[in-house]
Amino acid sequence: MPLDQSFTGRSYPPGDVYEVGREKIREFADAVGAASPLHRDPEAARAAGYADVIAPPTFATVISMKATSIVVDDPELGLDYSRVVHGSQTFVHHRPMVAGDRLVSEVHVDDVQTRMGNDFLTIRAEITTEDGRAVCTSTGLLVARGEDA
Amino acid sequence: MSRLPASKVTKGDELPAKQVRVTRDRLVRYAGASLDFNPIHWNEKFAAEVGLPGVIAHGMLTMALANELVSDWVGDPGAIVETTTKFTRPVPVPNDGEGALLEITGKVTEVSEDGTAKVAITVAFEGQTVLGRPTAIVRLG
Repeated sequence: MPLDQSFTGRSYPPGDVYEVGREKIREFADAVGAASPLHRDPEAARAAGYADVIAPPTFATVISMKATSIVVDDPELGLDYSRVVHGSQTFVHHRPMVAGDRLVSEVHVDDVQTRMGNDFLTIRAEITTEDGRAVCTSTGLLVARGEDA
Repeated sequence: MSRLPASKVTKGDELPAKQVRVTRDRLVRYAGASLDFNPIHWNEKFAAEVGLPGVIAHGMLTMALANELVSDWVGDPGAIVETTTKFTRPVPVPNDGEGALLEITGKVTEVSEDGTAKVAITVAFEGQTVLGRPTAIVRLG
């Protein structure tokens, strides 16, 4: 069954605070083979002008995936996640994520479309500090394959 | 750690290419680090049931590896102000210790007056690209 297109434009208020930790950054950097000392050494990061170690550019996925689950799991939308593939992803970094950041995400459904039996869902997470300063805009396209697709 | 200065970057510059081997243990490690525990990335039986050729790499892992090429080149991962990609082809990762070999290249396609440069990346597996138009915009030093 096609997704409810009236979901376009819907927003969800910010959920729990995500606190960015040094060890989580290191763990993620190790997993993606990111060798830069700016992910691991606070002194090196400060020398480069950052408040603390910085996260790799795609680390934002940890936060945006958690945030967008509010849409994906919304029973009103009725998305069958077992049929979902990730179509595309964009991160706009207003500044790098830094250890110690306390971040919240406001989630927006930018677009809902059904084409050739497949559903296309564009979800944007505006990731900011607790006091509302922009850190990252994450936009992902999820594609739910139709029963016959 | 200093950032590559704009004076040293010209449209058409090629980034140092690299090869990255993605193995099963790497997928498990990435699943834990990213908290993406979708079983298509570690469970052969589940992957087959949903019609995949086998366990596949996380698209977001491939995107991360593509961005590492750019981070290494520019000298500061915080220089990447925007990164985007489409996920066009799955990367099957066999359970053989050899895994899948990705070939990653990048080229400067634009240098702007605002001090940023656009890098077009390619990620290929067995001669075919697996990401659609992966691009990074970096703020140069």
